[in-house]
Amino acid sequence: MEFKTTEYKRCDLIKTSGRVDGSNAPQLEGIFTTLTEAGKFKLVYDMSEINFMSSAGWWVLIRTQKKCRRYKRGELVLACVDSKIRGALDLVGMGSYFKIFEDVTAAVGSF
Amino acid sequence: MSRRPWEAFKPVCPPSWMQKATFCGRFDNLAEISEFVIRAAKEAGLNSSAVYAVELAVDEACTNIIEHAYGGEGKGDIQCCCDISKDRLTITLRDRGRPFNPNKVPVPKSKANLKSLKTGGAGLYLMRKMMDEVRFEFSKESGNIVTLVKCRAPQSCIPD
Repeated sequence: MEFKTTEYKRCDLIKTSGRVDGSNAPQLEGIFTTLTEAGKFKLVYDMSEINFMSSAGWWVLIRTQKKCRRYKRGELVLACVDSKIRGALDLVGMGSYFKIFEDVTAAVGSF
Repeated sequence: MSRRPWEAFKPVCPPSWMQKATFCGRFDNLAEISEFVIRAAKEAGLNSSAVYAVELAVDEACTNIIEHAYGGEGKGDIQCCCDISKDRLTITLRDRGRPFNPNKVPVPKSKANLKSLKTGGAGLYLMRKMMDEVRFEFSKESGNIVTLVKCRAPQSCIPD
């Protein structure tokens, strides 16, 4: 899985592209774990180039959110979520665990 | 009986269309399985959200087969059959793993507190929400069979 991280003053931005399913969800978890283990808990996940995400991917986001929100030290927010992915996320009630922004600038600016 | 003039402009559904493929039960085959069912869903004339629903339901079903029926990757095959009839797309997934009992899978709690949220159960719930019909069968002879049905839009077919 190709990924790009960008450090901002108040948060970190993570971007991956393509599918997230059972084959690469562990890699995505690894990317987030590297950041949280480095003490970075204010995260923006840019999903503008994600065209498919199964529940394996959502659980990675949920586990990361739990780590980030612990002790109120931060949060994982999502940006540019495809409407079909968001529809499925809301269907199982997982959408309510994340702030979702229409664009990256707004998501970064929320911290 | 001759056709009425306006019927000539209505889209005609394929009389019957079926494709089968067998994939090794590995997570890195999920993308290829998705491509296979997306082709069938498009062939059936489903709209883009219905195509995504089929892709997601099949991905979740195959992930369950690998994780629960086979108990890991590369332990058996997944046979996938896509069948388009006049009013529906039927996808059948067959495996030779352990019998799967859907009634033993807990239903995910909606609005559960984030701290108490536990992994699992979402895949099956999603399959049921995404498809119009989901059936599970098991026999010693044929193994596990999951049948996923998505109805086609009524206007895409000529009525009887």
